Amino acid sequence: MSHPEEDLGELEELDAIVDVLVDSAPPGSHDQERRHSITSDEEDALSAAGAIAVLRRGLAATPELRQGVVLTLALAVATALGKLAVPILIQQILDRGVFGKDGYRPGFVAAACCGAAVGIIALYFISRATFLRLVRSAEASLLGLRVRTFHHIQRLSLADHVEQRRGALVARVTSDVETLAQFTEWGAVAWIVDTVLIVTTVAVMVVYSPPLAAVAVAVFLPLLPALGYLQRRQLAAYDELRTAVGGTLSEVSELVTGASVVQAYGLQRRTRRRLDRAARTQYKAQMGAAKWFAVMFPLSDFFGALALATVISVGALNGPAWGLDLGKLVAFVFLVNLLLGPIAELSEILDQTQTAIAGWRKILGVLATPIDVTEPENGITLPTGPLAVDFEDLRFTYRTGGEVLRGINLHLPAGAYVAVVGETGSGKTTIAKLLCRLADPTAGTLRVGGIDLRQVAPESRRSTVRMVPQDGFLFDTTIAENVRVGAPETSDAAIQSAFDSLGLGGWLEDVPGGLHAPVGERGGSLSVGERQLVALARAQLGNPGLLVLDEATSSVDPKTEQALSEALERLTAGRTVVNIAHRLSSAERADLVVVVDNGNVVETGTHAELVAAGGTYATLYSSWLGNTRVLRDD
Amino acid sequence: MRRGGALLWLSVRAQAGPFALAIVGATLFAVMAVVGTVVIGRITDKVIIPAFEEGGVSNRAVALAAAAVIGASLLRIVGVVLRRYFGQMAQRRMQMLWFKRVTDRYLAVPLSWFDDQPTGQLLAHADADCERSTIAMQPLPFSIGVLIIIIVSMTLLAFVDPVLLAVAVCLFPGLALINKAYTKRVEGPAAATQARVGDVSAVAHESFEGTLLVKTLGLEAREVARLKEKADQLRQERLIVGRLRAGFEPGLDALPSLGTIALLWLGAGRLASGAITTGQLVQAMVLFGILAFPFRIVGFLLEELPRAVVANDRVQQVLVAPKRLLPTTTVALPTGPLDVVLDAVSFTHGPDAVLRDVSARVAPGEVVALVGATGSGKSTLCSLIAHLIDPDAGSVLIGGVPLPETDPVEFHRTTALVFQESFLFSDSVRENLSLGDDIDDDVIFAALDIAKARSFVERLPHGLDEKLGERGVTLSGGQRQRLSLARALLRQPRVLLLDDATSAVDATVERAILDGLRHSVAATTVIVAHRISTIALADRVLMLDGGRITAEGTHHELLAQPSYAALVRAYEQAPL
Ligand SMILES: Nc1ncnc2c1ncn2[C@@H]1O[C@H](COP(=O)(O)OP(=O)(O)OP(=O)(O)O)[C@@H](O)[C@H]1O
Ligand SMILES: Nc1ncnc2c1ncn2[C@@H]1O[C@H](COP(=O)(O)OP(=O)(O)OP(=O)(O)O)[C@@H](O)[C@H]1O
Ligand SMILES: [Mg+2]
Ligand SMILES: [Mg+2]
Repeated sequence: MSHPEEDLGELEELDAIVDVLVDSAPPGSHDQERRHSITSDEEDALSAAGAIAVLRRGLAATPELRQGVVLTLALAVATALGKLAVPILIQQILDRGVFGKDGYRPGFVAAACCGAAVGIIALYFISRATFLRLVRSAEASLLGLRVRTFHHIQRLSLADHVEQRRGALVARVTSDVETLAQFTEWGAVAWIVDTVLIVTTVAVMVVYSPPLAAVAVAVFLPLLPALGYLQRRQLAAYDELRTAVGGTLSEVSELVTGASVVQAYGLQRRTRRRLDRAARTQYKAQMGAAKWFAVMFPLSDFFGALALATVISVGALNGPAWGLDLGKLVAFVFLVNLLLGPIAELSEILDQTQTAIAGWRKILGVLATPIDVTEPENGITLPTGPLAVDFEDLRFTYRTGGEVLRGINLHLPAGAYVAVVGETGSGKTTIAKLLCRLADPTAGTLRVGGIDLRQVAPESRRSTVRMVPQDGFLFDTTIAENVRVGAPETSDAAIQSAFDSLGLGGWLEDVPGGLHAPVGERGGSLSVGERQLVALARAQLGNPGLLVLDEATSSVDPKTEQALSEALERLTAGRTVVNIAHRLSSAERADLVVVVDNGNVVETGTHAELVAAGGTYATLYSSWLGNTRVLRDD
Repeated sequence: MRRGGALLWLSVRAQAGPFALAIVGATLFAVMAVVGTVVIGRITDKVIIPAFEEGGVSNRAVALAAAAVIGASLLRIVGVVLRRYFGQMAQRRMQMLWFKRVTDRYLAVPLSWFDDQPTGQLLAHADADCERSTIAMQPLPFSIGVLIIIIVSMTLLAFVDPVLLAVAVCLFPGLALINKAYTKRVEGPAAATQARVGDVSAVAHESFEGTLLVKTLGLEAREVARLKEKADQLRQERLIVGRLRAGFEPGLDALPSLGTIALLWLGAGRLASGAITTGQLVQAMVLFGILAFPFRIVGFLLEELPRAVVANDRVQQVLVAPKRLLPTTTVALPTGPLDVVLDAVSFTHGPDAVLRDVSARVAPGEVVALVGATGSGKSTLCSLIAHLIDPDAGSVLIGGVPLPETDPVEFHRTTALVFQESFLFSDSVRENLSLGDDIDDDVIFAALDIAKARSFVERLPHGLDEKLGERGVTLSGGQRQRLSLARALLRQPRVLLLDDATSAVDATVERAILDGLRHSVAATTVIVAHRISTIALADRVLMLDGGRITAEGTHHELLAQPSYAALVRAYEQAPL
């Protein structure tokens, strides 16, 4: 029935749809942490600004689209002219070809018909060419917009990413752009064609008989507020529907991503209940929207019939007196019918237009989100070799919650092996994030190699400062590719030797497929410890002057961890290493131990000094000893 | 096509009531649409022509004409409303039916089934695929109505004039053929376009999911290039579709116009020769107007049908997934502490034999530590005991009852597993702990106390009612882990499985948690552990190596074994 690739494609396209829908989940579920998020400030300002403002700003942000506007106009006029040809021809033939003063004039009829046919064929070719140009220019501009938006999102800080649902961000570069594509190639054309058609139809009516035209227009007028009302109701209904669909998807997504918890805790019945509730809400919302959808079109039909009845009655009763003739009145009947088409179509594409404007607004909202970690103009390149790190009264607060780092002053000498230890939630990961400039300190400065991190050129920073994060994310590809992202030009042999140098060659041999084994979504086909091994090998490539390890071996067995630590120590000669670990084995061998407690650095010194000092570290260490040593008296 | 028909038939039968109403509506609309043209024709002859040629018409005739036009419209409206509303109802109900079946299956499949299913696809199956499966139901009533329109209007036209009928017979099948050819040619590129949209979405998704990595490694440029490549492929695919559409769409407007011109040309002659009346010519032209659209509707149906079948195939793939075996007769677990027995258990992940012929027993109330190198199968063993996966060979028993024979509800009340990677729902802290059960705050706080999570939960701005972000992103690693631990303790399980459940907490807190466990939890416990303190908490130790249990005994007994000592005493070799 269909090719396999096609199926796959559709599946993925569905993902995209799901993303939009997830994105439109009820905002309430997150409002606690959304105070500064992209969706609130920027977008609210835009939504207040209304559709016209969105259009203006959108066109400013996408200059390529302006060329499309001209083409769209040309296309619309061509199409409208083609449609108008027929009623005019009817009038001409009836009045001048059949019922005219000279009776039946076959020559005139033939000439008129041929003329009209030639005109329609010519317009066909014009429309075709214009449409092609339109598609080309629209696609080019949308490609630009998509890439620019994606790039902007990439440059947004981690905090912005944390605040957004992932699906929402994906939607910005997929479905939102898609709605725009749809709109530029269908909706926008329809709008202009329909408007031109309505205007020209009314104009032709006026030419035939001004009073009758006035009557027809007057009958149609009340349709506008009625449609406006329906449109608002329909929009509200669609909003409700999107919220409901978002709700259903969140339930399904929790069922799917949390399947292990659902099964381990026997939550099937609870989940079923919640799913049923969500599905019921969604069905109700769907039928609520269906109600408006059902009456939308009939409404125009009814006004059309009303106009027709009025035109016929008034025309038949007063026509002769107003100087109308048979052909013109018949043409009027067709003109009223002709009006009906665009009006009905407009009422239906209003919906598509709203979606497109909403999508555009969201894209503009993202593009307008300031990048809070801005890269410097002429950044300074960090020196090669080990780098010293200086914290000066460094403070940090996440967008929600209280101050997490409360004035840290610290000097880490170049080439030192530094262990950062401290209670959970004390702010260690936060320090690591600041070192990689995933966020900027709220106050104070952070210097690497003597240079304020904010002044460092981004390329230099990325190749010189490397972090192995707490939870090892792997791309859904092979082990080798996952290592290679750290240093793109690396050969398989070099990757193999990176594993070997960490003493992991043996482990790799045991993995079926070795370097080319696929790791699964998020690395799911590897055990948790194994994922950390791959992440370490990745950091090992490249030659960072500052290496930050955030619990990089927390799930690895002690023997492997010891072997890894030794290897790392050997390999990291000539680098500064900041190792965050709960396993104090790393602290024992460190040049400097930094103890963080509740956002403050409470102790610094070597392991021996701190143990002797008998402070926080000494307590921590004795717990660690108790936790890891076979006590002598055992 | 046949499968499409079968799918439609199945859906129609399942939603017979609303569907029948929709068809009644469509039929009413069809008939009234044609009647409308007759009305216009008659009005032309009886009202408009007399008004101009015979010097006036009676008010009564005019009123009748107006009433007829409006009456026809009202009946059409009733038809449209019925068709649209009940058509939607049939479709949406069917969608919900598929949704329920798919999600029921998600709840019934074994956990391992989820391994090879990308999350995005699982979501798509429950949502978009269910919707798509029903998408062909929408144009169906209208299509049936359209067939009526075509038949009735052709017949009417035949009555009006055979010459005009001939024009229609030439034109409309031509339109249908063009429509069909277009659909056929655009199908491939359109599907390709969808595939490219999928590619773009996949790149974006993965890229945003790995933001931390992208940012720290400076992969932005690479990611932008990756996206640009996919987006450009999409653009090119779109241009192909655009080229086809550029030929087709304007043609669809032009052809009926040309047909009408032909009609007018021939009709003018027939009119002049008196073969037909003006009214009949007008009626024929209005008929042409309403005939052009129906072919598109049938076109939509034919276009949607294969898509519905493809979507439904994916739904069916879910529906044929094997269910977890549910016991036919369940055996109640004994009261009191339970033992756990592994009897010659083997398990394979793909090509990998992870566990081979593993036998062990954990006595009632005993605490057993499970140790082993990275990737040795500890998590796999925990999943087996928690009955998340079934062994390929051998069996697992608790309280003497083989797991497949236990009552699922009772089993879940009895056992709790704390996963190596903490999973938190994006819901409140309370909901994450109680999991929907009605549990007293006192009980919750008692569990938080043991897990040493109470103080930080109390410091959260909304306490227990604080909402957590996606996957709990706003908590630190250790905070997430302690909440998962509390979730398990809260249920006061008789069998407790802790898979490295303290890896992200510091030594002091770990110690406190272990003390709490020792004093206040009386469950049969299996602890996956790396640290000696945890191991020392255990009555006995099992060591996994190469898929087998290679050592078993108390910690002290095992220390004599070099491989065990090398693994657990690694930290002691560290230079001080
Ligand atoms: N994105 C965030 N938004 C708000 N608060 C956050 C965010 N990330 C972390 N926090 C809070 O900041 C504090 C410090 O977190 P951090 O992750 O730095 O701790 P940590 O020392 O690394 O702990 P652990 O040892 O458990 O990993 C915690 O209280 C945490 O709840
Ligand atoms: N979904 C999967 N598909 C294929 N192989 C898997 C899958 N899950 C685990 N494995 C493999 O099975 C083996 C055992 O994995 P398991 O997670 O049980 O190890 P573990 O002992 O818990 O390791 P760790 O200490 O790292 O958590 C590993 O070699 C792993 O690569
Ligand atoms: Mg941390
Ligand atoms: Mg594990």
